[in-house]
Amino acid sequence: MDILFLLIPLSVVLSLAVLGGLAWAVWRGQFDSLESEGERILKND
Amino acid sequence: MTQADKPAAIYDDTVVRQFSLAAILWGVVGMLVGVFIAAQLTWPELNFGIPWLSYGRLRPLHTNAVIFAFGGCALMATSYYVVQRTCQVPLFLSRLASFHFWTWQLVIVAAAISLPMGFTQGKEYAELEWPIDILITISWVSYAVVFFGTIGMRKVRHIYVANWFYGSFILTVALLHLVNSAAIPAGWMKSYSAYAGVQDAMVQWWYGHNAVGFFLTAGFLGMMYYFIPKQAERPVYSYRLSIVHFWALIFTYMWAGPHHLHYTALPDWTQSVGMVFSLILLAPSWGGMINGVMTLSGAWHKLRDDPIMRFLIVSLSFYGMATLEGPLMSIKTVNALSHYTDWTVGHVHSGALGWVGFITMGSLYYLIPRLFGQRQMYSVKAIEVHFWVATIGIVLYIAAMWIAGVMQGLMWRAVNGDGTLTYTFVESVKATYPFYMIRFLGGVLYLGGMLVMAWNTWMTVAGGRSVRVAVPLAQPA
Repeated sequence: MDILFLLIPLSVVLSLAVLGGLAWAVWRGQFDSLESEGERILKND
Repeated sequence: MTQADKPAAIYDDTVVRQFSLAAILWGVVGMLVGVFIAAQLTWPELNFGIPWLSYGRLRPLHTNAVIFAFGGCALMATSYYVVQRTCQVPLFLSRLASFHFWTWQLVIVAAAISLPMGFTQGKEYAELEWPIDILITISWVSYAVVFFGTIGMRKVRHIYVANWFYGSFILTVALLHLVNSAAIPAGWMKSYSAYAGVQDAMVQWWYGHNAVGFFLTAGFLGMMYYFIPKQAERPVYSYRLSIVHFWALIFTYMWAGPHHLHYTALPDWTQSVGMVFSLILLAPSWGGMINGVMTLSGAWHKLRDDPIMRFLIVSLSFYGMATLEGPLMSIKTVNALSHYTDWTVGHVHSGALGWVGFITMGSLYYLIPRLFGQRQMYSVKAIEVHFWVATIGIVLYIAAMWIAGVMQGLMWRAVNGDGTLTYTFVESVKATYPFYMIRFLGGVLYLGGMLVMAWNTWMTVAGGRSVRVAVPLAQPA
Protein backbone atom coordinates (compact mmCIF):
# COMPACT_ATOMS: atom_id res chain seq x y z
CA MET A 1 0.00 0.00 0.00
CA ASP A 2 2.90 2.27 -0.86
CA ILE A 3 0.55 4.88 -2.31
CA LEU A 4 -0.18 5.89 1.26
CA PHE A 5 3.29 7.44 1.41
CA LEU A 6 1.89 9.89 -1.11
CA LEU A 7 -1.72 10.14 -0.04
CA ILE A 8 -1.25 10.67 3.69
CA PRO A 9 1.34 13.48 3.51
CA LEU A 10 -0.68 15.02 0.66
CA SER A 11 -3.83 14.93 2.77
CA VAL A 12 -2.03 16.42 5.77
CA VAL A 13 -0.66 19.22 3.61
CA LEU A 14 -4.14 19.80 2.24
CA SER A 15 -5.67 19.91 5.72
CA LEU A 16 -3.03 22.39 6.80
CA ALA A 17 -3.80 24.45 3.70
CA VAL A 18 -7.49 24.38 4.59
CA LEU A 19 -6.73 25.44 8.17
CA GLY A 20 -4.46 28.12 6.79
CA GLY A 21 -7.27 29.39 4.63
CA LEU A 22 -9.58 29.49 7.63
CA ALA A 23 -6.98 31.35 9.68
CA TRP A 24 -6.48 33.87 6.87
CA ALA A 25 -10.21 34.44 6.62
CA VAL A 26 -10.67 34.99 10.34
CA TRP A 27 -7.58 37.21 10.65
CA ARG A 28 -8.55 39.35 7.62
CA GLY A 29 -11.96 40.14 9.05
CA GLN A 30 -13.99 38.02 6.66
CA PHE A 31 -16.28 36.94 9.45
CA ASP A 32 -17.03 40.30 11.06
CA SER A 33 -20.62 41.53 10.70
CA LEU A 34 -22.01 38.41 9.01
CA GLU A 35 -25.68 39.35 9.07
CA SER A 36 -25.26 42.20 6.60
CA GLU A 37 -23.20 40.08 4.20
CA GLY A 38 -26.08 37.74 3.52
CA GLU A 39 -28.27 40.72 2.63
CA ARG A 40 -25.69 42.49 0.53
CA ILE A 41 -26.22 40.37 -2.60
CA LEU A 42 -29.88 41.37 -2.68
CA LYS A 43 -29.13 45.08 -2.73
CA ASN A 44 -28.01 45.71 -6.29
CA ASP A 45 -27.58 44.02 -9.62
CA MET B 1 -11.32 63.19 -14.84
CA THR B 2 -14.49 63.63 -12.85
CA GLN B 3 -16.73 60.75 -11.99
CA ALA B 4 -19.07 61.78 -14.79
CA ASP B 5 -16.30 61.56 -17.43
CA LYS B 6 -15.10 58.06 -16.53
CA PRO B 7 -16.97 55.40 -18.57
CA ALA B 8 -18.74 53.01 -16.23
CA ALA B 9 -17.13 49.58 -16.08
CA ILE B 10 -19.24 46.87 -17.68
CA TYR B 11 -19.57 43.36 -16.35
CA ASP B 12 -17.98 40.73 -18.62
CA ASP B 13 -21.11 38.77 -19.36
CA THR B 14 -20.24 37.59 -22.86
CA VAL B 15 -18.43 34.57 -21.48
CA VAL B 16 -21.33 34.01 -19.06
CA ARG B 17 -23.74 33.97 -22.00
CA GLN B 18 -21.49 31.59 -23.91
CA PHE B 19 -21.13 29.13 -21.06
CA SER B 20 -24.86 29.29 -20.23
CA LEU B 21 -25.92 28.40 -23.75
CA ALA B 22 -23.19 25.77 -24.01
CA ALA B 23 -24.48 24.19 -20.79
CA ILE B 24 -27.92 23.77 -22.32
CA LEU B 25 -26.54 22.36 -25.56
CA TRP B 26 -24.31 19.85 -23.78
CA GLY B 27 -27.14 19.00 -21.37
CA VAL B 28 -29.26 17.89 -24.29
CA VAL B 29 -26.36 15.98 -25.88
CA GLY B 30 -25.25 14.29 -22.65
CA MET B 31 -28.78 13.26 -21.70
CA LEU B 32 -29.49 12.02 -25.21
CA VAL B 33 -26.46 9.73 -25.01
CA GLY B 34 -27.71 8.64 -21.58
CA VAL B 35 -31.11 7.72 -22.95
CA PHE B 36 -29.46 5.84 -25.82
CA ILE B 37 -27.26 3.74 -23.56
CA ALA B 38 -30.22 3.06 -21.27
CA ALA B 39 -32.00 1.79 -24.37
CA GLN B 40 -29.00 -0.37 -25.22
CA LEU B 41 -29.06 -2.03 -21.81
CA THR B 42 -32.73 -2.82 -22.38
CA TRP B 43 -32.37 -3.77 -26.07
CA PRO B 44 -28.76 -4.78 -26.77
CA GLU B 45 -29.47 -4.95 -30.51
CA LEU B 46 -29.05 -1.18 -30.39
CA ASN B 47 -25.30 -1.70 -30.29
CA PHE B 48 -25.68 -2.55 -34.01
CA GLY B 49 -22.32 -4.33 -33.99
CA ILE B 50 -20.69 -0.96 -34.63
CA PRO B 51 -17.71 -0.33 -32.33
CA TRP B 52 -18.18 3.40 -31.96
CA LEU B 53 -21.84 2.93 -30.98
CA SER B 54 -21.12 0.21 -28.46
CA TYR B 55 -22.26 0.67 -24.87
CA GLY B 56 -18.76 0.33 -23.45
CA ARG B 57 -17.54 3.32 -25.46
CA LEU B 58 -20.69 5.44 -25.16
CA ARG B 59 -21.09 5.17 -21.40
CA PRO B 60 -18.03 7.34 -20.61
CA LEU B 61 -19.19 9.74 -23.32
CA HIS B 62 -22.42 10.11 -21.36
CA THR B 63 -20.74 10.56 -17.98
CA ASN B 64 -18.16 13.01 -19.30
CA ALA B 65 -20.77 14.99 -21.22
CA VAL B 66 -23.20 15.39 -18.34
CA ILE B 67 -20.58 16.05 -15.66
CA PHE B 68 -17.92 18.09 -17.43
CA ALA B 69 -19.76 19.53 -20.39
CA PHE B 70 -23.22 20.18 -18.93
CA GLY B 71 -22.23 20.52 -15.27
CA GLY B 72 -18.90 22.14 -16.06
CA CYS B 73 -20.29 24.85 -18.33
CA ALA B 74 -23.09 25.56 -15.85
CA LEU B 75 -20.56 26.00 -13.05
CA MET B 76 -18.33 28.15 -15.20
CA ALA B 77 -21.21 30.36 -16.36
CA THR B 78 -22.62 30.88 -12.88
CA SER B 79 -19.27 31.27 -11.13
CA TYR B 80 -18.22 33.99 -13.57
CA TYR B 81 -21.56 35.73 -13.05
CA VAL B 82 -21.55 35.42 -9.26
CA VAL B 83 -17.93 36.39 -8.70
CA GLN B 84 -18.35 39.61 -10.67
CA ARG B 85 -21.53 40.67 -8.97
CA THR B 86 -20.52 39.80 -5.44
CA CYS B 87 -17.12 41.44 -5.87
CA GLN B 88 -18.60 44.41 -7.78
CA VAL B 89 -15.89 44.23 -10.41
CA PRO B 90 -15.60 42.89 -13.99
CA LEU B 91 -13.58 39.74 -14.69
CA PHE B 92 -9.83 39.84 -14.29
CA LEU B 93 -8.25 39.32 -17.73
CA SER B 94 -11.47 38.85 -19.67
CA ARG B 95 -9.56 37.67 -22.77
CA LEU B 96 -8.22 34.81 -20.67
CA ALA B 97 -11.82 33.98 -19.72
CA SER B 98 -12.59 33.75 -23.42
CA PHE B 99 -9.55 31.50 -23.90
CA HIS B 100 -10.91 29.36 -21.05
CA PHE B 101 -14.29 29.07 -22.79
CA TRP B 102 -12.90 27.99 -26.13
CA THR B 103 -10.34 25.55 -24.71
CA TRP B 104 -13.04 23.96 -22.58
CA GLN B 105 -15.25 23.50 -25.63
CA LEU B 106 -12.25 21.95 -27.38
CA VAL B 107 -11.87 19.48 -24.50
CA ILE B 108 -15.54 18.52 -24.87
CA VAL B 109 -15.28 18.03 -28.63
CA ALA B 110 -12.07 16.01 -28.17
CA ALA B 111 -13.93 13.80 -25.71
CA ALA B 112 -16.87 13.38 -28.08
CA ILE B 113 -14.49 12.19 -30.81
CA SER B 114 -11.96 10.13 -28.86
CA LEU B 115 -14.27 8.21 -26.54
CA PRO B 116 -16.42 6.56 -29.24
CA MET B 117 -13.20 5.78 -31.07
CA GLY B 118 -12.22 3.71 -28.05
CA PHE B 119 -9.40 5.82 -26.65
CA THR B 120 -9.62 5.55 -22.89
CA GLN B 121 -7.42 5.45 -19.80
CA GLY B 122 -10.02 3.20 -18.22
CA LYS B 123 -10.46 5.35 -15.11
CA GLU B 124 -13.97 6.37 -14.26
CA TYR B 125 -14.69 10.08 -14.91
CA ALA B 126 -11.03 10.33 -15.97
CA GLU B 127 -11.16 8.34 -19.21
CA LEU B 128 -9.77 11.02 -21.50
CA GLU B 129 -6.30 10.25 -22.83
CA TRP B 130 -3.20 12.17 -21.89
CA PRO B 131 -3.12 14.88 -24.60
CA ILE B 132 -6.65 15.89 -23.61
CA ASP B 133 -5.65 15.79 -19.95
CA ILE B 134 -2.98 18.37 -20.75
CA LEU B 135 -5.54 20.54 -22.53
CA ILE B 136 -7.83 20.26 -19.49
CA THR B 137 -4.97 21.48 -17.28
CA ILE B 138 -4.32 24.50 -19.51
CA SER B 139 -8.01 25.37 -19.61
CA TRP B 140 -8.43 24.88 -15.87
CA VAL B 141 -5.43 27.02 -14.97
CA SER B 142 -6.86 29.88 -17.02
CA TYR B 143 -10.18 29.43 -15.21
CA ALA B 144 -8.45 29.60 -11.83
CA VAL B 145 -6.43 32.69 -12.79
CA VAL B 146 -9.53 34.56 -13.96
CA PHE B 147 -11.68 33.52 -11.00
CA PHE B 148 -9.15 34.18 -8.24
CA GLY B 149 -7.82 37.24 -10.01
CA THR B 150 -11.31 38.70 -9.99
CA ILE B 151 -11.61 38.04 -6.25
CA GLY B 152 -8.22 39.67 -5.80
CA MET B 153 -9.52 42.82 -7.53
CA ARG B 154 -12.73 42.96 -5.51
CA LYS B 155 -14.25 46.23 -4.32
CA VAL B 156 -16.19 44.49 -1.55
CA ARG B 157 -13.96 43.37 1.30
CA HIS B 158 -16.05 40.39 2.31
CA ILE B 159 -15.89 37.37 0.01
CA TYR B 160 -19.45 36.11 -0.33
CA VAL B 161 -19.87 32.49 0.75
CA ALA B 162 -20.71 31.22 -2.76
CA ASN B 163 -17.23 32.25 -3.91
CA TRP B 164 -15.64 30.10 -1.21
CA PHE B 165 -17.54 27.10 -2.56
CA TYR B 166 -16.63 27.89 -6.16
CA GLY B 167 -13.00 28.58 -5.22
CA SER B 168 -12.56 25.34 -3.32
CA PHE B 169 -14.13 23.45 -6.22
CA ILE B 170 -11.67 25.00 -8.68
CA LEU B 171 -8.59 24.37 -6.56
CA THR B 172 -9.49 20.84 -5.51
CA VAL B 173 -10.43 19.66 -8.99
CA ALA B 174 -7.07 20.96 -10.20
CA LEU B 175 -5.24 18.89 -7.59
CA LEU B 176 -7.39 15.81 -8.19
CA HIS B 177 -6.89 15.98 -11.93
CA LEU B 178 -3.11 16.37 -11.70
CA VAL B 179 -2.68 13.48 -9.28
CA ASN B 180 -5.11 10.97 -10.77
CA SER B 181 -4.27 11.63 -14.42
CA ALA B 182 -0.55 11.03 -13.92
CA ALA B 183 0.36 8.65 -16.70
CA ILE B 184 3.22 7.47 -18.86
CA PRO B 185 2.49 8.02 -22.56
CA ALA B 186 3.02 5.08 -24.89
CA GLY B 187 1.71 6.61 -28.09
CA TRP B 188 -0.30 9.65 -29.12
CA MET B 189 -3.54 8.38 -27.60
CA LYS B 190 -2.26 5.60 -25.33
CA SER B 191 -0.82 5.76 -21.84
CA TYR B 192 -0.29 3.73 -18.68
CA SER B 193 -1.29 4.97 -15.25
CA ALA B 194 1.56 6.05 -12.98
CA TYR B 195 -0.05 3.84 -10.35
CA ALA B 196 -0.94 0.17 -10.37
CA GLY B 197 -3.30 -2.36 -8.83
CA VAL B 198 -5.13 -1.55 -5.63
CA GLN B 199 -2.98 1.57 -5.21
CA ASP B 200 -4.29 2.87 -8.52
CA ALA B 201 -7.76 1.99 -7.28
CA MET B 202 -7.22 4.06 -4.14
CA VAL B 203 -5.98 7.06 -6.12
CA GLN B 204 -8.81 6.65 -8.59
CA TRP B 205 -11.49 6.64 -5.92
CA TRP B 206 -9.84 9.41 -3.92
CA TYR B 207 -10.26 11.29 -7.18
CA GLY B 208 -13.70 9.89 -8.00
CA HIS B 209 -15.32 10.67 -4.74
CA ASN B 210 -13.79 14.10 -4.52
CA ALA B 211 -14.99 14.75 -8.04
CA VAL B 212 -18.47 14.14 -6.64
CA GLY B 213 -17.75 16.11 -3.49
CA PHE B 214 -16.11 19.14 -5.03
CA PHE B 215 -17.22 19.25 -8.65
CA LEU B 216 -20.78 18.04 -8.20
CA THR B 217 -21.38 19.23 -4.65
CA ALA B 218 -19.23 22.16 -3.53
CA GLY B 219 -19.40 23.87 -6.90
CA PHE B 220 -23.19 23.58 -7.11
CA LEU B 221 -23.59 24.64 -3.48
CA GLY B 222 -21.90 27.85 -4.58
CA MET B 223 -24.62 28.16 -7.20
CA MET B 224 -27.28 27.40 -4.60
CA TYR B 225 -26.07 30.00 -2.12
CA TYR B 226 -26.41 32.76 -4.69
CA PHE B 227 -29.40 31.88 -6.82
CA ILE B 228 -31.76 30.72 -4.09
CA PRO B 229 -31.50 33.99 -2.13
CA LYS B 230 -31.75 35.97 -5.36
CA GLN B 231 -34.83 34.16 -6.62
CA ALA B 232 -36.46 34.12 -3.18
CA GLU B 233 -35.48 37.76 -2.62
CA ARG B 234 -34.41 36.82 0.89
CA PRO B 235 -30.93 36.37 2.37
CA VAL B 236 -29.54 32.95 3.19
CA TYR B 237 -31.34 31.66 6.29
CA SER B 238 -28.22 31.67 8.44
CA TYR B 239 -25.14 33.21 6.91
CA ARG B 240 -23.16 32.02 9.91
CA LEU B 241 -24.25 28.45 9.24
CA SER B 242 -23.24 28.72 5.59
CA ILE B 243 -19.67 29.42 6.66
CA VAL B 244 -19.57 26.57 9.16
CA HIS B 245 -21.15 24.38 6.49
CA PHE B 246 -18.42 25.29 4.03
CA TRP B 247 -15.45 24.55 6.24
CA ALA B 248 -16.91 21.34 7.68
CA LEU B 249 -17.81 20.05 4.24
CA ILE B 250 -14.50 20.63 2.52
CA PHE B 251 -12.56 19.19 5.41
CA THR B 252 -14.57 15.97 5.59
CA TYR B 253 -15.09 15.22 1.91
CA MET B 254 -11.45 14.41 1.22
CA TRP B 255 -11.52 11.21 3.25
CA ALA B 256 -14.66 9.51 1.98
CA GLY B 257 -13.14 7.92 -1.15
CA PRO B 258 -12.46 4.43 0.24
CA HIS B 259 -16.18 3.73 0.50
CA HIS B 260 -15.98 2.83 -3.19
CA LEU B 261 -13.62 -0.02 -2.33
CA HIS B 262 -15.32 -1.92 0.47
CA TYR B 263 -14.48 -5.65 0.49
CA THR B 264 -11.76 -5.20 -2.13
CA ALA B 265 -8.03 -5.62 -1.74
CA LEU B 266 -7.86 -2.20 -0.08
CA PRO B 267 -6.71 -2.55 3.54
CA ASP B 268 -9.55 -2.92 5.98
CA TRP B 269 -8.55 0.08 8.09
CA THR B 270 -8.61 2.32 5.01
CA GLN B 271 -12.10 1.12 4.20
CA SER B 272 -13.17 1.94 7.75
CA VAL B 273 -11.76 5.46 7.53
CA GLY B 274 -13.79 6.01 4.38
CA MET B 275 -16.92 4.65 6.00
CA VAL B 276 -16.61 6.78 9.15
CA PHE B 277 -15.90 10.03 7.31
CA SER B 278 -18.76 9.34 4.91
CA LEU B 279 -21.11 9.05 7.87
CA ILE B 280 -19.75 12.22 9.46
CA LEU B 281 -20.37 13.97 6.13
CA LEU B 282 -24.10 13.65 6.66
CA ALA B 283 -24.03 16.49 9.19
CA PRO B 284 -22.50 19.30 7.12
CA SER B 285 -24.45 18.20 4.06
CA TRP B 286 -27.77 18.43 5.82
CA GLY B 287 -26.72 21.69 7.43
CA GLY B 288 -26.35 23.12 3.96
CA MET B 289 -29.63 21.67 2.77
CA ILE B 290 -31.55 23.07 5.72
CA ASN B 291 -29.88 26.43 5.29
CA GLY B 292 -30.95 26.60 1.67
CA VAL B 293 -34.51 25.38 2.20
CA MET B 294 -35.13 27.58 5.24
CA THR B 295 -34.13 30.62 3.19
CA LEU B 296 -37.75 30.43 2.07
CA SER B 297 -38.93 30.71 5.66
CA GLY B 298 -41.72 33.25 5.72
CA ALA B 299 -42.09 33.03 1.95
CA TRP B 300 -43.25 29.46 1.34
CA HIS B 301 -46.08 30.80 -0.82
CA LYS B 302 -43.48 31.45 -3.52
CA LEU B 303 -43.33 27.71 -4.11
CA ARG B 304 -46.96 27.82 -5.11
CA ASP B 305 -46.55 30.31 -7.94
CA ASP B 306 -42.93 30.19 -9.00
CA PRO B 307 -41.69 27.11 -10.88
CA ILE B 308 -38.10 28.36 -10.77
CA MET B 309 -38.28 28.36 -6.98
CA ARG B 310 -39.61 24.83 -7.18
CA PHE B 311 -36.60 23.67 -9.17
CA LEU B 312 -34.27 25.28 -6.66
CA ILE B 313 -35.92 23.99 -3.50
CA VAL B 314 -36.69 20.50 -4.81
CA SER B 315 -33.04 20.24 -5.85
CA LEU B 316 -32.19 20.58 -2.16
CA SER B 317 -34.65 17.83 -1.24
CA PHE B 318 -32.83 15.51 -3.62
CA TYR B 319 -29.54 16.75 -2.23
CA GLY B 320 -30.71 15.81 1.26
CA MET B 321 -31.89 12.42 0.03
CA ALA B 322 -28.66 11.65 -1.74
CA THR B 323 -26.52 12.80 1.20
CA LEU B 324 -28.48 10.51 3.49
CA GLU B 325 -28.42 7.58 1.09
CA GLY B 326 -24.71 7.96 0.38
CA PRO B 327 -23.52 7.67 3.99
CA LEU B 328 -25.90 4.75 4.54
CA MET B 329 -24.47 2.98 1.48
CA SER B 330 -20.98 3.65 2.84
CA ILE B 331 -21.67 1.37 5.78
CA LYS B 332 -19.86 -1.86 5.01
CA THR B 333 -22.75 -4.20 5.67
CA VAL B 334 -25.05 -2.14 3.47
CA ASN B 335 -22.36 -1.87 0.82
CA ALA B 336 -21.96 -5.64 0.80
CA LEU B 337 -25.45 -5.72 -0.68
CA SER B 338 -25.39 -2.58 -2.82
CA HIS B 339 -21.95 -2.66 -4.42
CA TYR B 340 -21.92 -3.42 -8.18
CA THR B 341 -25.75 -3.31 -8.26
CA ASP B 342 -28.06 -0.81 -9.86
CA TRP B 343 -28.73 0.74 -6.46
CA THR B 344 -25.46 2.63 -6.95
CA VAL B 345 -26.73 3.84 -10.31
CA GLY B 346 -29.99 4.95 -8.67
CA HIS B 347 -28.05 6.82 -6.01
CA VAL B 348 -25.86 8.56 -8.55
CA HIS B 349 -28.83 9.65 -10.61
CA SER B 350 -30.93 10.94 -7.73
CA GLY B 351 -27.97 13.20 -6.97
CA ALA B 352 -27.25 14.00 -10.62
CA LEU B 353 -30.76 14.50 -11.96
CA GLY B 354 -32.32 15.71 -8.73
CA TRP B 355 -29.66 17.87 -7.12
CA VAL B 356 -27.21 18.86 -9.86
CA GLY B 357 -29.75 18.95 -12.68
CA PHE B 358 -32.44 20.89 -10.85
CA ILE B 359 -30.19 23.47 -9.19
CA THR B 360 -28.64 24.10 -12.61
CA MET B 361 -31.97 24.42 -14.34
CA GLY B 362 -33.36 26.75 -11.69
CA SER B 363 -30.24 28.91 -11.77
CA LEU B 364 -30.13 29.09 -15.57
CA TYR B 365 -33.83 29.99 -15.69
CA TYR B 366 -32.99 32.91 -13.40
CA LEU B 367 -29.86 33.85 -15.30
CA ILE B 368 -30.75 33.55 -18.98
CA PRO B 369 -33.48 36.19 -19.19
CA ARG B 370 -31.27 38.65 -17.35
CA LEU B 371 -28.35 38.01 -19.67
CA PHE B 372 -30.53 38.81 -22.66
CA GLY B 373 -32.39 41.85 -21.39
CA GLN B 374 -35.63 40.03 -20.64
CA ARG B 375 -37.69 40.13 -17.47
CA GLN B 376 -38.34 36.39 -17.50
CA MET B 377 -38.09 33.31 -19.71
CA TYR B 378 -40.22 33.33 -22.89
CA SER B 379 -42.69 30.88 -21.35
CA VAL B 380 -43.16 30.46 -17.60
CA LYS B 381 -45.69 27.71 -18.32
CA ALA B 382 -42.97 25.76 -20.07
CA ILE B 383 -40.80 25.96 -16.94
CA GLU B 384 -43.75 24.49 -15.05
CA VAL B 385 -44.12 21.67 -17.60
CA HIS B 386 -40.38 21.02 -17.48
CA PHE B 387 -40.46 20.74 -13.70
CA TRP B 388 -43.23 18.16 -13.57
CA VAL B 389 -42.02 16.07 -16.49
CA ALA B 390 -38.49 15.99 -15.10
CA THR B 391 -39.63 15.16 -11.56
CA ILE B 392 -41.74 12.22 -12.74
CA GLY B 393 -38.75 11.11 -14.81
CA ILE B 394 -36.46 11.18 -11.80
CA VAL B 395 -38.91 9.25 -9.62
CA LEU B 396 -39.34 6.53 -12.26
CA TYR B 397 -35.58 6.32 -12.70
CA ILE B 398 -34.58 6.01 -9.09
CA ALA B 399 -37.45 3.77 -8.00
CA ALA B 400 -36.63 1.35 -10.82
CA MET B 401 -32.96 1.32 -9.88
CA TRP B 402 -33.64 0.88 -6.17
CA ILE B 403 -35.81 -2.14 -6.76
CA ALA B 404 -33.43 -3.60 -9.33
CA GLY B 405 -30.41 -2.97 -7.12
CA VAL B 406 -31.73 -4.55 -3.95
CA MET B 407 -33.08 -7.45 -5.99
CA GLN B 408 -29.70 -8.01 -7.63
CA GLY B 409 -27.89 -7.85 -4.29
CA LEU B 410 -30.26 -10.37 -2.75
CA MET B 411 -30.16 -12.71 -5.75
CA TRP B 412 -26.37 -12.71 -5.91
CA ARG B 413 -26.00 -13.68 -2.26
CA ALA B 414 -28.80 -16.25 -2.07
CA VAL B 415 -27.45 -19.70 -1.23
CA ASN B 416 -29.14 -23.04 -1.05
CA GLY B 417 -29.05 -25.30 1.97
CA ASP B 418 -26.00 -27.10 0.58
CA GLY B 419 -24.08 -23.86 0.14
CA THR B 420 -24.43 -23.54 -3.63
CA LEU B 421 -25.63 -20.33 -5.21
CA THR B 422 -29.35 -20.23 -5.83
CA TYR B 423 -29.23 -18.06 -8.94
CA THR B 424 -26.94 -17.83 -11.92
CA PHE B 425 -25.79 -14.36 -12.83
CA VAL B 426 -27.75 -14.34 -16.05
CA GLU B 427 -30.94 -14.99 -14.09
CA SER B 428 -30.40 -11.72 -12.25
CA VAL B 429 -29.84 -9.98 -15.58
CA LYS B 430 -33.11 -11.38 -16.88
CA ALA B 431 -34.96 -10.31 -13.74
CA THR B 432 -33.61 -6.77 -14.14
CA TYR B 433 -35.05 -6.33 -17.63
CA PRO B 434 -38.37 -4.62 -16.74
CA PHE B 435 -36.55 -2.15 -14.50
CA TYR B 436 -34.18 -1.20 -17.28
CA MET B 437 -37.24 -0.43 -19.37
CA ILE B 438 -38.76 1.77 -16.65
CA ARG B 439 -35.43 3.51 -16.18
CA PHE B 440 -35.26 4.18 -19.91
CA LEU B 441 -38.71 5.77 -19.74
CA GLY B 442 -37.66 7.92 -16.79
CA GLY B 443 -34.66 9.07 -18.76
CA VAL B 444 -36.78 9.87 -21.81
CA LEU B 445 -38.96 12.10 -19.64
CA TYR B 446 -35.95 13.86 -18.14
CA LEU B 447 -34.50 14.43 -21.62
CA GLY B 448 -37.90 15.67 -22.75
CA GLY B 449 -37.84 18.26 -20.00
CA MET B 450 -34.38 19.36 -21.10
CA LEU B 451 -35.61 19.77 -24.66
CA VAL B 452 -38.43 21.99 -23.41
CA MET B 453 -35.78 24.06 -21.64
CA ALA B 454 -33.72 24.28 -24.81
CA TRP B 455 -36.75 25.49 -26.78
CA ASN B 456 -37.67 28.00 -24.10
CA THR B 457 -34.09 29.30 -24.05
CA TRP B 458 -34.04 29.64 -27.83
CA MET B 459 -37.23 31.67 -27.77
CA THR B 460 -35.97 33.86 -24.93
CA VAL B 461 -32.64 34.58 -26.61
CA ALA B 462 -34.23 35.14 -30.03
CA GLY B 463 -36.58 37.73 -28.55
CA GLY B 464 -33.92 39.44 -26.46
CA ARG B 465 -30.56 41.09 -26.89
CA SER B 466 -27.20 40.78 -25.15
CA VAL B 467 -27.24 43.47 -22.52
CA ARG B 468 -24.30 45.38 -21.13
CA VAL B 469 -24.69 45.81 -17.40
CA ALA B 470 -22.73 48.55 -15.65
CA VAL B 471 -20.84 47.72 -12.50
CA PRO B 472 -22.46 49.73 -9.69
CA LEU B 473 -20.37 52.55 -8.21
CA ALA B 474 -18.37 51.54 -5.20
CA GLN B 475 -20.29 51.20 -2.00
CA PRO B 476 -18.63 51.04 1.41
CA ALA B 477 -17.20 47.60 2.03
